[in-house]
Amino acid sequence: MSKQKTQVIEHSSAQTPDPGAASGGASGLLGNLLHGPAARSIGLVLALAVLVAIGLITSGDRFMSSDNMLVILRHASIIGVLSIGVTFVITAGGIDLSVGSVLGLTSVVGSLAVVQTAAAESTWLVMVVVALLVGAFAGLINGVIIAYGNVVAFIATLAMLVAARGLAEIISERRTLLVTNTDFTGFMRADFLGVPVLVWIFALVSAAGWFLLNRTTFGRRTVAIGGNLEASRLAGIKVKRHIVSLYVLAGIAAGIAGLMMMGRTTSGTSTHGYLYELDAIAAVVVGGTLLAGGRGTVMGTVFGVLIFSTLTNVFTQNNMDTSVQALAKGAIIVLAVLLQQRFAVRKERKAKKQPLKA
Amino acid sequence: MLQDEKPRPLLEVHGLTKRFGAVQALKGVDLSVLPGEVHCVMGQNGAGKSTLIKTLSGVHQPDEGKIFWEGQQVSLPGPTAALDLGIATMYQELDVVDGLSIAENIFLGHEHATRGVLHVKRAHATARSLLQRLGHGNLSPAREVGTLSTANKQIVSMARALSRDTKLIIMDEPSAILDAGEVANLFRVVRELTAQGIAVVYISHRLEEIREIGDRISVIKDGQSTANNLHVAQTPKAELIRRMTGRDVANVFPERRPLPLDAPVVLDVAALELEGHFAKLSFTVRAGEILGIAGLVGSQRSEIVETIYGARKATAGQVTVNGKKLVPGSVSSAVEAGIGLSPEERKSQGLILDEPIYKNVTLSTFERFARTGLLDENAERRAAREQIEALELRPADPERPARTLSGGNQQKILLARWLVHGTKVLLLDEPTRGVDVGARAEIYTLIRRLADAGTAIIVISSEIEEVLGLADNVLVVDDGHVLAQRTATDIDEHGVLDLVMKGSAA
Repeated sequence: MSKQKTQVIEHSSAQTPDPGAASGGASGLLGNLLHGPAARSIGLVLALAVLVAIGLITSGDRFMSSDNMLVILRHASIIGVLSIGVTFVITAGGIDLSVGSVLGLTSVVGSLAVVQTAAAESTWLVMVVVALLVGAFAGLINGVIIAYGNVVAFIATLAMLVAARGLAEIISERRTLLVTNTDFTGFMRADFLGVPVLVWIFALVSAAGWFLLNRTTFGRRTVAIGGNLEASRLAGIKVKRHIVSLYVLAGIAAGIAGLMMMGRTTSGTSTHGYLYELDAIAAVVVGGTLLAGGRGTVMGTVFGVLIFSTLTNVFTQNNMDTSVQALAKGAIIVLAVLLQQRFAVRKERKAKKQPLKA
Repeated sequence: MLQDEKPRPLLEVHGLTKRFGAVQALKGVDLSVLPGEVHCVMGQNGAGKSTLIKTLSGVHQPDEGKIFWEGQQVSLPGPTAALDLGIATMYQELDVVDGLSIAENIFLGHEHATRGVLHVKRAHATARSLLQRLGHGNLSPAREVGTLSTANKQIVSMARALSRDTKLIIMDEPSAILDAGEVANLFRVVRELTAQGIAVVYISHRLEEIREIGDRISVIKDGQSTANNLHVAQTPKAELIRRMTGRDVANVFPERRPLPLDAPVVLDVAALELEGHFAKLSFTVRAGEILGIAGLVGSQRSEIVETIYGARKATAGQVTVNGKKLVPGSVSSAVEAGIGLSPEERKSQGLILDEPIYKNVTLSTFERFARTGLLDENAERRAAREQIEALELRPADPERPARTLSGGNQQKILLARWLVHGTKVLLLDEPTRGVDVGARAEIYTLIRRLADAGTAIIVISSEIEEVLGLADNVLVVDDGHVLAQRTATDIDEHGVLDLVMKGSAA
């Protein structure tokens, strides 16, 4: 019970000397570390540390080299950007299965001859704008169908997953389009302060995502809708409009990821981002965002992505089978969700066992 | 030989205690239930009623104390042990499966089957006879439970209790989810059960109800028995309240102040219509007025306020607030114009349970505290803290998750939300559902204080007494029609029911 008690006071700010709440105070800090929201981040840090330790033991210096660290980060960056967008959708209680396909579509449209010609005549930013618009438009369609058409998000975005891939195949005629704009590829493949631009983009998107979710009214609306859609609507929040904007946001994130993919591979093709949506959702959930909505963490998502990309790296370094790697990934996902549920159950029990008098 | 005058108690409990970590939930509870009686257990929220029920149904094991069943000391290591003895429990949250039929629900967990193959016909026949025993032979055992009303789901839950050889049914606030008409039916069913010799432990905090259905009463407060085996007929209401709360509650409803003659009309509802629910509804509410809407289930009370609020889209008519016309079907337009709703289902429609109090208080206003989209959480906390003090919300900690609060304090969060918003019209749908006696009076006082400060208020309640006691004026509605508009002091509960009966006969 004392453990549960600390949960109640974990948010208590110093300015509230409420005697009832403070009774578990002595064990507060420790309890907070072991069971509070900080515990979830600590769990993630620990998981990452374990993976790093395994990497260190199995491949030593080769693993710890700064080059390899950048390999891990670069590998994480594209899925990472995608996952930040998905974090918002899931926090609001939705799901977006289409981000991987939309990534492919934006890379195809962004690499079209017309677009590249226009870019060559003016600036490579034309490609950026086009890719972002395509992503935003796909997200807009998702959002409108879900919010105003009252279609379940799973189905609406599943349809988009299939359709966007098909559209990308039609537009590209199933060919790989080469990105010839050297300004664009030059930028995307460059290093800044010794760190690849792709990693910088991931860092910037993460920071912006964290700020948006935790410090803005947009973020508050997102959490509120995920926590209780009906209560949010009855409190006067424009729920439908916000849901649309969330899917647009996920689409824009897919557009950014598409651009990064074009830069890394110097090509646009309909197969880019194949099954990335699953990796993104896995990273979000492992990071501690509740699939049911109402609680989201951008930091957790970043950790989730890093855990998976470190895992991949450790396996690659040791020349291990990718099938074993998939198995390990699956185990991590289940483990993370089991831990989340334990947390939820404890919270529930705490609420029931602490009836307060009116 | 003289027969023992007193019948032997079916269930006897002595000195039950139960501790959860630091919380002593039960500190010594006694109970004695006779066969065929309705034994009411009363107590405020948090008094230990739920823990007592769970101990008697084998969910929790007591730390100390003895339980006797038909004179034999027993222990209840699990729910099955209780069921095997003949103790069935009907929880407040009905544990029926919507996707299964009535018969399947009744025999859930003890199906009639041979080697896994179900005997559907036999199950249906038994289910039908159980439903007949409960006076609901008209329900077909094959019907899917999801299509039933809450009241009928409760009947299914009771039939399930009876499907085992049950001698005692514990009912945890069975009327909390029912309407006046449905409660009458519940009582009929309870009487039929007791006539068959089955004892009922009836948990409630509604005094009127207990006076009607109960034989004897036991009261617990703070985990301790404060009264045992009081005879319902011989115990005055005031004494029960004192035993429950430890204080006297002289007058539950606050005094009305006469409405100034020049009080302006704030809310104007003109020929409002929601197809299939109600039509041509017109009335006004003035600043400082509390308008009560009284009616039974099916009277479309909730639909009316939800349509005014824009949560449902009116098919015709106009709602005007201080001269400003509202957009039909737009909650945000209503909120902007200054209407606030405290919805019927506090937990599912009103609160974000896992979020702290202050975020729930500012759910309608956080945008206003923000600057260019950036939240100002300190300003939100300050605003919430002011309301917490003004409304005496407990615990007085803005960071506490809404889930951990009692019903009365959760209701105060919703009032605080609209106070921060500065709302001019407040729509209160069942403001005291799930709120115990002591806290009710507090909520009433707050509502009256809001009205005195110039807010126009509409109150809906399934308890007619509450509407009449609180409101200045009353609309009696039935099936979407206004049967009468009266001054609250000119009509009593019987008058309302008479109107409804006449109205539906016409």
